[in-house]
Amino acid sequence: MDAIDRAIINQLQKGFPISERPYREAAQSLGIGETELIQRLQTMLDDKRLSRFGPLYHAERMGGGLSLCAMAIPEQDYDKVAEQVNSFPEVAHNYARDHELNMWFVLATETPQRIPEVLKEIQALTGYPVYNMPKQQEFFVGLHFEV
Amino acid sequence: MVLNDTEQQLIGLIQSGLPLCSRPWAEIGQQLNLAESEVLQQVRSLQERGLIKRFGLVVRHHELGYTANAMVVWDVPDDQVRQVGEALGRHDCVTLCYQRPRRLPQWPYNLFCMIHGKDRERVLETIDELVEAEGLQDIAHEVLFSGERFKQRGAKYL
Repeated sequence: MDAIDRAIINQLQKGFPISERPYREAAQSLGIGETELIQRLQTMLDDKRLSRFGPLYHAERMGGGLSLCAMAIPEQDYDKVAEQVNSFPEVAHNYARDHELNMWFVLATETPQRIPEVLKEIQALTGYPVYNMPKQQEFFVGLHFEV
Repeated sequence: MVLNDTEQQLIGLIQSGLPLCSRPWAEIGQQLNLAESEVLQQVRSLQERGLIKRFGLVVRHHELGYTANAMVVWDVPDDQVRQVGEALGRHDCVTLCYQRPRRLPQWPYNLFCMIHGKDRERVLETIDELVEAEGLQDIAHEVLFSGERFKQRGAKYL
């Protein structure tokens, strides 16, 4: 990854212009051409350094439901349960973590009412309880990865 | 519903990403039968209403070397959680900081923060520094690193 790719990543995580020619504007501030920026973004999306390029929605304001959930799964069942849990389209960011509660995932649903329903469906399918830990207060959000 | 039909269609079209072409909003407009200027107006409105938090690039942090991903959880007395949460949130190393419910007896922690780093040793040192800086020696905490198995994919509505 060269200095231009790094500059693109560092700068465009902070935001992107909403305008008729947004790539041209962003490219100008990076000191490269519009076509080069588009090509570099395409390459970084293709080789999976970037997950996507677009809007980050505010799930709750969009009328959706969002929660962090955890489960305690015995080692011998872990892969099977992970597959079952990941089969739900509402499940994102499912991480194994080193704790008795060893499976942690984010649930994002179209409506808040769907959260308890999906939790029940996951419990029914896997046979294990799900601990629901929705956000109560937000103190800071600043996810930004400098490269 | 907070969204009208056009907004829902627009959101659906840009969900997985903005088209990588010179005039992306004109291309979206063609699919919605809207002029480029009307699409831009709609997107700006979504942003002003806070429905779009941010527009830009979303990285795969693992692929960029941020493989030490620690969820640090704290058992803070309820009347101090705001103060401690805001204090932790002021540190550059903390990327997210939320209050969440305890789930007793299995889970006594009510304050969650994320620290993303390139190696575990350094992340653990950073956490020690946080404890020291904010005087959190009496508050129980645990560090849960993420393991190898994960699904990093945006859910449809995230």
